[in-house]
Amino acid sequence: MARLKYITICIFCPLILSCVAAAVERFPPPDFESGYIQPTPTTPQPRQSFYEYIDAAVLFAALCLSSYLVLKKRNRRAIFVMMVFSLLYFGFWRKGCVCPIGASQNVILSIFDRDYAVPVVVVIFFLLPLVFTLFFGRTFCAAVCPLGAIQDLVLIKPVTVPSWLESGLRLFAYLYLGMAILFAATGSAFIICRYDPFVSFFRLSGNFNILVLGACFLIVGLFIGRPYCRFICPYGVILRQLSRLSRWRVTITPDECVKCRLCEDSCPFGAIREPTANWPANVYNIAKKRLTFLILLLPVLVFIGGLVGSGLNPVTSRTHATVRLAERVYQEENGQVEGATDASTAFRATGKDVEELYEEASGIREKFGFGGWFLGGFAGLVIGLKLVGLSVWRQRADYEADRASCLACGRCFEYCPREHVRLKKIKEGISKT
Amino acid sequence: MAENNNDVTRRHFLRDGFWGACLAGLGGIVGLVSRKSRGQNTVWQIDPYKCVACGNCATYCVLEESAVKCVHAYAVCGYCRICFGFLGPQPFEINEAAENQLCPTGAIKRTFVEDPYYEYTIDESLCIGCGKCVKGCNTFGNGSLFLQVRHDRCLNCNECSIAAACPSGAYKRVPADKPYIIKRVDHA
Repeated sequence: MARLKYITICIFCPLILSCVAAAVERFPPPDFESGYIQPTPTTPQPRQSFYEYIDAAVLFAALCLSSYLVLKKRNRRAIFVMMVFSLLYFGFWRKGCVCPIGASQNVILSIFDRDYAVPVVVVIFFLLPLVFTLFFGRTFCAAVCPLGAIQDLVLIKPVTVPSWLESGLRLFAYLYLGMAILFAATGSAFIICRYDPFVSFFRLSGNFNILVLGACFLIVGLFIGRPYCRFICPYGVILRQLSRLSRWRVTITPDECVKCRLCEDSCPFGAIREPTANWPANVYNIAKKRLTFLILLLPVLVFIGGLVGSGLNPVTSRTHATVRLAERVYQEENGQVEGATDASTAFRATGKDVEELYEEASGIREKFGFGGWFLGGFAGLVIGLKLVGLSVWRQRADYEADRASCLACGRCFEYCPREHVRLKKIKEGISKT
Repeated sequence: MAENNNDVTRRHFLRDGFWGACLAGLGGIVGLVSRKSRGQNTVWQIDPYKCVACGNCATYCVLEESAVKCVHAYAVCGYCRICFGFLGPQPFEINEAAENQLCPTGAIKRTFVEDPYYEYTIDESLCIGCGKCVKGCNTFGNGSLFLQVRHDRCLNCNECSIAAACPSGAYKRVPADKPYIIKRVDHA
């Protein structure tokens, strides 16, 4: 019997070789006579869905507590402890997945892809911080986000970043958000997850390049407060805008600003805005003209951005595996490259038509061309609005935390003498002198 | 002064309006996705009928030792004496000696059942998910050896880094209550 099998193999080898990877029953399962009981393969189960809901509950509780500590308790030390807890729980214990930053991509994919059903917990993770930000400001960034926490912990010698550089670098975050949405919507890649610099630390293993990237962020983070949060984080971009509208927000002083300037340098994230002088009347006309020009420039920038974004579709669409495969197969068919990749071999083994693949790829490329208008237009809009924002004069009487940039870390609280009065560390009346 | 007050009210009105719009927008997004969202979480799994055993599973996983392991569907196995999932391409002899084995870590155990049948079992603690045996079994045998994401190890990353590197698109998200795709005899 065994010899028979051996001979069969030898004879049919060339024939069998021709159909790689197909599961064919070449040898019928034997009938055992010795009473042998066939084992079944083991299937260790994944973490139960029930536990995911616990994570969502912990997120909700953490957001509530964080908001309470920031707005009501105003205690940096308590916020710090909360932050360490979040880092340990959402970071090291849950290994950084699911996180609200990455969850945004699942929600986007679910909107654009009919076949993808997003798990409820992921929607909750995406939504809760946004809703909390609408009410309380960026308390998620303050003490719940593990990515923020790990950067906040290493910040030992803050250096002030000039505001022009800060705004310039921040544009990258907007672009990153736009790209993340485009790539998620087309089902190409989840770039936020792929290039998450800290998740390798949470897992204590991972891609070497990403580990190096994470280390770079932490080293830079020793001197520049939370570089990922301020210049890269795409979710932070959404939180910034929602935080502008928040019902309640962080104030440096618990009651009134005495303009003592003590808090001026307390913020490592450059989020404290000084009181402004009165509007200089002599430049009013020039400023008005400039603002009109910039507002008129806005649609032009959007159009140019859209044109560039759409024109880049041969490059951007290459993130999609099907487009890459189609290009490779095309090159192989036309003799532009020698040999075959794993992907093109696997494609040929399925026996699908090449033209069908090309058609699918060009469909995806069209999607990128269309989506590129939105991505580029969005980039143009962001740049234009930034220019408009710079030209608008805003009057401020007090030292204030910038609604968008303030990460609600609570560092500035103890700098305010009114805070010391509130805590009854010094007597009322000192500020009045 | 009155004008100034007016200005503040207008600003407040606008802000409230935007605030409401944002809340409504978030509600809209939830409404849009909740129609087809499901309570069940999803996990990553390999479709064994698409897998080409390229070997990426062993190297691309974020875990140092991949979460992907070889699984043996005994019901599909032919219990061959000469197993090309077990023996190297040109074995010196047909036996369990290390030099004859295909598996780089010796994770496949071969035990005699009855003449002429042998049972092959995978020692998961040794398996690295390289898929060499899978290729051998698919090419010459019934294809009863195949790769699966083992969910006691998998971290269930939002974007599986092996899925991103998979050349045949064999990775897919499956509901967490049916986390395995075990090969069967009657598969079309």
